[in-house]
Amino acid sequence: MTLYLLRRCLQAAGVMLVMSVLVFVGVYAIGDPVEILISPEADQIERERAIRALGLDLPLWQQYLVFLKNALHGDLGRSFVFNEPALKLILDRMPATLELAFGATFVALLVGLPLGLYAGLRPNGALARGIMAGSILGFSLPTFWVGLMLIMVFAVQLGWLPSTGRGETVDVLGTRWSFLTLDGLRHLAMPAFNLALFKISLVIRLTRAGVREAMLMDYVKFARAKGLHPSRIVLVHVLKNIMIPVITVVGLEFGGTIAFSVVTESIFAWPGMGKLIIDSINVLDRPVIVAYLMLIVLMFIVINLLVDLTYTALDPRVRLEGRT
Amino acid sequence: MTAPTLELRDLRTHFATRGGVVKAVDGVSLRVDRGQVLGLVGESGSGKSVTGFSILGLVDPPGQVVGGQVLFQGQDLARLDEEAMRHLRGNRIAMIFQDPMMTLNPVLRIDTQMIETVLAHAPVSREEARQRARDALGQVGIAAPEERMRAYPHQFSGGMRQRVAIAIALLHKPDLIVADEPTTALDVTIQGQILAEAQKLCAEHGTALIWITHDLSVVAGLADRIAVMYAGRVVEEGPVEAVLDAPLHPYTVGLIGSVPSRNRRGAALNQIPGMTPSMLNLPAGCAFAARCPRAASGCSEPPPFVEFRPGRSARCIHPHAEGPPA
Ligand SMILES: Nc1ncnc2c1ncn2[C@@H]1O[C@H](COP(=O)(O)OP(=O)(O)OP(=O)(O)O)[C@@H](O)[C@H]1O
Ligand code: SF4
Ligand SMILES: [Mg+2]
Repeated sequence: MTLYLLRRCLQAAGVMLVMSVLVFVGVYAIGDPVEILISPEADQIERERAIRALGLDLPLWQQYLVFLKNALHGDLGRSFVFNEPALKLILDRMPATLELAFGATFVALLVGLPLGLYAGLRPNGALARGIMAGSILGFSLPTFWVGLMLIMVFAVQLGWLPSTGRGETVDVLGTRWSFLTLDGLRHLAMPAFNLALFKISLVIRLTRAGVREAMLMDYVKFARAKGLHPSRIVLVHVLKNIMIPVITVVGLEFGGTIAFSVVTESIFAWPGMGKLIIDSINVLDRPVIVAYLMLIVLMFIVINLLVDLTYTALDPRVRLEGRT
Repeated sequence: MTAPTLELRDLRTHFATRGGVVKAVDGVSLRVDRGQVLGLVGESGSGKSVTGFSILGLVDPPGQVVGGQVLFQGQDLARLDEEAMRHLRGNRIAMIFQDPMMTLNPVLRIDTQMIETVLAHAPVSREEARQRARDALGQVGIAAPEERMRAYPHQFSGGMRQRVAIAIALLHKPDLIVADEPTTALDVTIQGQILAEAQKLCAEHGTALIWITHDLSVVAGLADRIAVMYAGRVVEEGPVEAVLDAPLHPYTVGLIGSVPSRNRRGAALNQIPGMTPSMLNLPAGCAFAARCPRAASGCSEPPPFVEFRPGRSARCIHPHAEGPPA
């Protein structure tokens, strides 16, 4: 187990290193922040001083090495715009994004599992067909359009739910959380649902496929031969087996959810990382963009590891040592 | 006279497939009394397992019991609703499945899968249920059951898993056990132990047993009566010694001839020539006709199931009178 974790950490370090090069070069390629950051009226001397101050006079590889050296000390650079450490800027906004992403995942499981179970148990019923048709909509409707429609209906027309911000928050562990207050929950509802839409469809489809497959297995027939109550067969024997693929996919999707929250955060003015990154891209605030992307990469790696560990806990047949 | 533990009357279980109707069980009549063991034999695909599942009401779609009666202690199970049937399953009627590798749920521990069976039918505490599960494991010869039952199925060999499945079937001391090739995966010593345990159960609790197998030698040692199935029908039925000594039906003769036996060591095994007919289009007359050495003109009519001697029935127009030719 320790050996396994150690190997995974080394792998992670390698991935981070490669990604840092790619990200750095990629961000360098999208444009020169000098044009945006320095006022056109500045004279040549002022320009050069500013460029040197930002470290933009060095060749790319030197800039990268400076970045790498600082990064190893936990310093991912200072924002050109806010003149604050990029990492701090992002971390300040991370709880809001995490809250949104967890909310969406929770909604996806809460809605998707029961619907998927039902559709899997009664595959030919009218309701099941309706659920499946709905899941196709969930896959194909663009997030931003659904978000706007939600606002139109529930905020503008009906006035039931607020359309912007996090609402009332509570301080826990030094950060602010919306989901602990009723007002916060009302603010969270629409963006979380919006972000969850795609995942709901995903969970429905995975669950349905899993249930249909499991119901044909001998162990389900044997469970019936033992005279177990149908609810126990479905909720223990079947569900425990299909949780393995569902957790894996939803877990791996979590990184994507955080990345895609950019759209939802913009529509609902949710003050998370996504909104910050959009603003930073607009002004080519390189350190923030690089720091954000590196953080996302790290998040994907950590999520992968957590999913693998959960998977092992759920499926007794998997041995960590046996896998590379 | 009390009703037999189980009586099948003209049971028909058909599968509506794309290629047509598969008459997997087509007019099976059987009877098992309290404490009796019935050996159900026949080659692969003859409908033994489907018969077993039909008794428990566990035929999967597209299969369906389309006719006949399943009388359990006089009560027709085919007419029972699902909830009432559930209370019988695993409780009064238990089944042991053919494939031990697939019967246990891979993600649940052995103890979970046993305790839930106890609790499904008995109003006892968890601790009491665990105790019963442990005893049942001991009964089927699993050493250190207390420790072993905390394992997952994949940590057990096929034979061990089959013993767990047998232990689960024994939990409620049922009135009827349908055992589908239960000892095929086990080595000879364990097989003997399981057979002895089964006989003890029959004698002590009056449990009736339907023992499905390919292995005539097991049937010879265990069963009271034997029923031979061919293409979804019982072709011969009778007391086990009588049938094995002097079979009436040419198919039974062929089956006995294909068993390696100590007495005929070195003699060539006589495989029954030909193949099992496709269940999708059975011949109009006797289903065995194409492979039968005794087939004659009358065999193009479906032969009736006739009691040739007291307790000895067969579905054949030209049965062997004196047992197999030497
Ligand atoms: N789901 C199904 N769909 C169509 N036909 C089926 C299905 N299940 C079983 N059958 C048919 O029923 C017939 C009897 O099958 P069954 O499993 O009872 O045979 P068996 O006697 O138990 O054979 P074996 O000794 O191999 O276990 C087979 O010929 C098979 O074609
Ligand atoms: S009825 Fe005819 S074909 Fe069928 S088993 Fe008897 S002798 Fe053979
Ligand atoms: Mg079978």
